[in-house]
Amino acid sequence: MSSIQQMSKNHNPLLQIENLNVEFLNHTGNSIRAVREVSFTLGQERLGIVGESGSGKSTVGRAILSLIPPTGKIKAEKIALNGIDLQKLSELEMRKIRGNKISMIMQDPKHALNPVMRVGEQIAEALRLHNNIARSEAKQKVLDILKDVQIRDPERVYRAYPHELSGGMGQRVMIAMMLIPDPNLLIADEPTSALDVTVQMQILAIIDDLVREKGMGLIFISHDLNLMASFCDRVLIMYAGKVVEECQASELAQAKHPYTKGLLSCLPTVENSNQILATLNRDPAWLE
Amino acid sequence: MMKEKSLSGWRAWILAETPDSALQARLSRFYLSWLSFKRNPLAVIGLMIVVFLVLIALFAPWLSLHLPTEQNLADRLQAPSSTYWLGTDELGRDIYSRVIHGSKITLYIIFLVAVIVVPLGLFVGTTAGYFGGIIDKILMRITDIFMAFPRLILALAFVAVMGPSIENAVIAITITSWPPYARIARAETITIRHSEFILAIQQQGASAWRIMFKHIVPLCTSSVIVRLTLDMAGVILIAAGLGFLGLGAQPPSPEWGLMISQGRQYLLDQWWVSTIPGIAIFIVSLGFNLLGDGLRDVLDPTNV
Amino acid sequence: MSLWNLNKKTLSGGAVGKHIPAVLLFINKVLQFIGSILLTFLGLTAVTFFIGRVMPIDPVVAIVGDRASSVTYERVKLELGLDKPLYEQYWKFLTDILQGDLGISVTTSQPVLQDILHFFPATWELATIATIIGVAFGVPMGVFAATHQGRWLDHLIRFIGLIGYSIPIFWLGMVGLLIFYAKLDWVSGPGRVDFFYDGIVENRSGFILIDAALQQEWEVLRNAFSHIILPASLLGYYSLAYIARMTRSFMLEQLSKEYIITARVKGMSERRVVWKHALGNTLIPLVTVIVLSYAYLLEGSVLTETIFAWPGIGLYITNSLFNADMNAVLGGTIVVGCVFVGFNLLSDLIYILVDPRARS
Repeated sequence: MSSIQQMSKNHNPLLQIENLNVEFLNHTGNSIRAVREVSFTLGQERLGIVGESGSGKSTVGRAILSLIPPTGKIKAEKIALNGIDLQKLSELEMRKIRGNKISMIMQDPKHALNPVMRVGEQIAEALRLHNNIARSEAKQKVLDILKDVQIRDPERVYRAYPHELSGGMGQRVMIAMMLIPDPNLLIADEPTSALDVTVQMQILAIIDDLVREKGMGLIFISHDLNLMASFCDRVLIMYAGKVVEECQASELAQAKHPYTKGLLSCLPTVENSNQILATLNRDPAWLE
Repeated sequence: MMKEKSLSGWRAWILAETPDSALQARLSRFYLSWLSFKRNPLAVIGLMIVVFLVLIALFAPWLSLHLPTEQNLADRLQAPSSTYWLGTDELGRDIYSRVIHGSKITLYIIFLVAVIVVPLGLFVGTTAGYFGGIIDKILMRITDIFMAFPRLILALAFVAVMGPSIENAVIAITITSWPPYARIARAETITIRHSEFILAIQQQGASAWRIMFKHIVPLCTSSVIVRLTLDMAGVILIAAGLGFLGLGAQPPSPEWGLMISQGRQYLLDQWWVSTIPGIAIFIVSLGFNLLGDGLRDVLDPTNV
Repeated sequence: MSLWNLNKKTLSGGAVGKHIPAVLLFINKVLQFIGSILLTFLGLTAVTFFIGRVMPIDPVVAIVGDRASSVTYERVKLELGLDKPLYEQYWKFLTDILQGDLGISVTTSQPVLQDILHFFPATWELATIATIIGVAFGVPMGVFAATHQGRWLDHLIRFIGLIGYSIPIFWLGMVGLLIFYAKLDWVSGPGRVDFFYDGIVENRSGFILIDAALQQEWEVLRNAFSHIILPASLLGYYSLAYIARMTRSFMLEQLSKEYIITARVKGMSERRVVWKHALGNTLIPLVTVIVLSYAYLLEGSVLTETIFAWPGIGLYITNSLFNADMNAVLGGTIVVGCVFVGFNLLSDLIYILVDPRARS
């Protein structure tokens, strides 16, 4: 317990994942390996995990928080936050990590927020679960962070229900809720995929500011390669559960793995408008 | 990445990925459903109970030891023994044989209700869903009205007026039991009314009736089967209730509800006269409930 | 389950951007409700009219019995206006009902409505206690079944519920009386109170339990309680089976939603996730289920009251049936039917009140 409290940002990297495997059993007894031998380290930087649906990228995020459904099994050599192996923690101890040291923003705020609870109460809950503070003090902090995520009328939003908010506002609320306990690491699981394009930029800007301000590590999960390239420092490309490429975002054009190269060539560019769009040829060897 | 088992013989044929005929595809689906169904032990028990019921009803004359209406006043109110397996009632009739023959009545009632309720409900629902507009509104209002009635009370009123008999009890039950099937049919119809294959058949010149009954109704089958099985459990209870009140089958008929009522005054010392028919009702109703739940898990898994 | 099948989507606000004042929308909904009530009431009375006046070969005999004097026969025949066309008869029938005239009971010679009002509270009392039992046990059972889905606790709870669906209530009542009253003497027998307690407590609310408590007649209260506990428990079991099943179903639906994952991500204990967040959302449809189950108990009361000699509406109707008292039977049917419909409506209204999405 005390080791968690003295979470020292010392020589240990913020997050260390070594040989993460997640396996799911379906009801006929067959097993599906959703994540295979995934390893990476994360410092106070932004890591993007890119992949198509089914690549296992979201599962990695959930595995870090140990929130895999009961049909799944996590096996890893190491899942360490600031040097502490999360696998060795009891469920009780893990709950002190979730929402407190590691937070996760989800994709669709319309579904990811409790529809019958007022928004302010939900955000306050995130704070009060880990801090013993009075309601009034919590409310003030909620209003403060609502201002931080650029909500102009925090009082009104505090009293609102999730269905009364637009997509962009809902996602801001989600960000506020996840950042209010001041975590070390933020996992963003497709935070802008459910939003309009114009709103996407705003949300990304907010995440950008807050992550930088608070000095957090960020894992940004998405299917949008372009977005990753511009937003993150490093990029991990996943295919069929494995990491097939890892490089700096700036060096993406020099990617080596044929899948990455294929993805890049599939993206149309503005300059060459005559090109015939390439299609991806999937090599079954990538499944090994 | 998935491990697969290898198949042989007829199983390979029925589970083939690309079936050669519609029949094969249908058999394949049926087989897969059956496998899924089999995995649920309670559902299998339900199925066995229902099958038992049918068998007992069919072979009643051979299975019973005495005639169900044969009175033997010297032997009245005897406890279960080797002669009278489940004891005798107040008129010396063998309860075991009466229970066996009572199963015929139960089956008769269920069958009649099903045969009336399903076509009626499907007809109303499909018509409402297909034609839409004012027809839909009117039919749905009527459906809602009948669904608003408490079943037993309306059955009481009906039988009060028409006189007690099994047939009247059946009619009374059907009056309030058909709306759910109309609902199912209407929902199904609305879902597929505008789909392409319906348009195609329409362009081929099929009449509305043909479309409705040859094409739409079969798609409702699985929902209807599930609903019907579960409803039958309730129908058995209502019919027994009416019998208990003397509003269904009349003496000396060995209807289970009636038997319970006739044995009521002897409950304290000769408890078996009333208790045993009740157990029979319970087992049969339970069987239909288990079967219905099992069918629903297999045929309509979206409904938890 | 609700008879108007109120679609959640149609309730939670229509198109974004329509600036119709909320007041008008509300009035519109209220009018729709009233229209629905009227229509169903009309239907109910039409069907009852049909059963009572059109179907019998001789509706007069149905009312007065076949041993009535010719004077009575002619009087009733005139009253019914059987010489007039059907729609006029129906109109008279309808207006009579709306004025509270359900005819005179042949057995008691009192107005049927008066009789019914006299007997109904006993059924209310029974149904209320039964529902309390059903909710107190059924909801937690449903929650546990959902959180232990697929495991033995789930199967056990579902099986208990299943038995509740499959047992004939009148038989269970008889067996219950046999075991708990006759053999074990744990509870009192049929009737609401023992004979010598009858009339001690003044009937003010119609609920003996409440009246006895308010008048501090503890003996009577205890006696009344020991009389009600068995039938209420049995009906409560019925109620519990239904409520547990629906709770389980709703809980499973909620537990698969995304906001539950969010709650866990926040670091919430599973207990709080289930009982505050999931159950909080489940209660919304569940409240309507509970109201409906109350209505179903009215049906169950018919048979239960016969077994327990409980002086409620169910016993009234069945006794009237045996006495061939048609006015009473039809009157009882209409009243119970209306109450049934009323409860369906109430459940829809409550839904709107309770779901914040529906209020906008």
